[in-house]
Amino acid sequence: MAAATRKIKESTGDRAFLFAVYAILTVVLVVVLYPLLYIISSSLSSPAAVSAGRVWLWPVDFSLKGYETLFHNPQVLTGYGNSLFYTAAGTLISVTLTVMLAYPLSRRTFAGRNALMMIVTFTMLFSGGLIPTYMVVKELGMIDSRWALLIPNAVWVWQVIIARSFFQSSILEELVEASDMDGCSDLRFMASVVLPLSKPILAVLLLMYAVGQWNAYFDALIYLKTADKFPLQLILRSIIIQNNSGNSIMDAMKQVERQQLAELLKYSLIVVATLPVLLIYPFVQRHFVQGMLVGSVKG
Amino acid sequence: MEAAGKRHGLTRSIARHWQLYLIVVPPLLFFLIFKYYPMLNAVLAFKDYYVTKGIWDSPWVGFKNFELFFENPMFWTLVKNTLFISFYLLLAGFPIPIVLALMLNEVRSRKFKRAVQLVTFAPYFISTVVMVSIIMLFLAPRLGFVNVFLNRLGLDSVNFLGSPGMFSSIYVWSDIWQTAGYSAVIYLAALAAVDPTLYEAAKVDGASRFQKIVNVDLPGILPTVTILLILNVGSVMAIGFEKIYLLQNNLNIANSEIIATYVYRIGLLNANYSFATAVGLFNSVINLVLLFSVNALARRFSRSSIW
Repeated sequence: MAAATRKIKESTGDRAFLFAVYAILTVVLVVVLYPLLYIISSSLSSPAAVSAGRVWLWPVDFSLKGYETLFHNPQVLTGYGNSLFYTAAGTLISVTLTVMLAYPLSRRTFAGRNALMMIVTFTMLFSGGLIPTYMVVKELGMIDSRWALLIPNAVWVWQVIIARSFFQSSILEELVEASDMDGCSDLRFMASVVLPLSKPILAVLLLMYAVGQWNAYFDALIYLKTADKFPLQLILRSIIIQNNSGNSIMDAMKQVERQQLAELLKYSLIVVATLPVLLIYPFVQRHFVQGMLVGSVKG
Repeated sequence: MEAAGKRHGLTRSIARHWQLYLIVVPPLLFFLIFKYYPMLNAVLAFKDYYVTKGIWDSPWVGFKNFELFFENPMFWTLVKNTLFISFYLLLAGFPIPIVLALMLNEVRSRKFKRAVQLVTFAPYFISTVVMVSIIMLFLAPRLGFVNVFLNRLGLDSVNFLGSPGMFSSIYVWSDIWQTAGYSAVIYLAALAAVDPTLYEAAKVDGASRFQKIVNVDLPGILPTVTILLILNVGSVMAIGFEKIYLLQNNLNIANSEIIATYVYRIGLLNANYSFATAVGLFNSVINLVLLFSVNALARRFSRSSIW
């Protein structure tokens, strides 16, 4: 019924307008999707086809040569392993610290919560800067240590704000009071009531920190010196951006073949480095959106 | 009496909830050590740093480092590049997500809407290193597909990343490609919250789709737009180091060196700590002043402000 009235009322101008909207959005869809498809297709093509620029949309002379080479490259494997470690350990530390800060901040009876919130949010507005921070990390002996990627940026203020507003709106004051009456300690209350009720926000924190940690390269660039501690992103930078593809497996090959393979390798590397994040993405997009909105409502 | 009772209640409450005060300590220490201690260290900007003496025993030099920076021939180049890239990004990048959200809001087919959202949101998850890798692969002078395409059309290859004039456009448009879908989400949420009776009223008045957007949708999301605009303008000097640094090369450096990359080069690569700290501090202070001014302006001219 509603649809019918709308159809009747839809004027020519409105229909043309709507048509334009669909047309533009289709163009947007193609513009965003095409580069992604192109990279995946290239990574699945033969080295010769990639370096001759014969790939346009679908893989040409389908081959897994790029991936095979990658999985025999010790540098890439070490980087992958390191990144997995940094992501797992970093996320665990970050989520724990964030909850430890956000939950007390959400409690109305917590003395000094406003002052503490000020201390935390002020760091969003002003920072000591790169060098002073570097000197603190250095003073703590963290230069070229794996800790340097896990600790100095462990807590993001934005995440604290999001978590705090979630706790505020979903852990009812009556629940807290009831547990107080029963003489339940705060830690027990957190473990048995708060955390089970907060699964959605824990998912958001977990995912955002994990993606952030997996994608990070700056801290590794300034704090790490030894190559065997490098995360995948730094290896990627070295191979693709600085074009250091010289590795032992390819030495035996002829010059031309080597160059072709080096080109193909870049595409495969991009896919391998991005896949873990993009694979989980369709399932977690909802959580991300939720997280952003919780934060923005509070504003 | 009343106050004493309150105080007594407070102590009792703290004693009772000591566990909460205990778990706050580690994160608080994190902020003190990694955020506030560096702010103290920033006094380096007013000193001549000697490694042997450490930060606190190095001699004071007043504003010497700042003067050196202002007199440096690089100064205006850095400020110009930083502001140019930022404002370009703001001007092009700020309206696009709004337009995207307004268009998506018109779409009636749920499947199509969901597909566009899913696809445009995806590049947000691509890391900076991968993003720059993609840009370099696509724009490579010989093998990059953009140049292969130009050659097919009978045009000459362009060395995109080697042309200083193209640097800002490459930076800005790749950024829009990556984040427009993500940024649109917040406006879509604001649009979903617009009072439905307003749409009914517009319909009764015989408003066209476009008029409805201008008269109902836009005013509806205006507070959100204002707040995001404040945050964006307030951070123009804080433009990201990470992507620019990776995109830089010897050919485009004249237009691609910004304050943040300069601090890294001078400070960490050349170990000129005091000077680099001064440059960084200059940047942070300008940024803070900008944020406060924009917020004050917004508070004056509209009801939305961030504090």
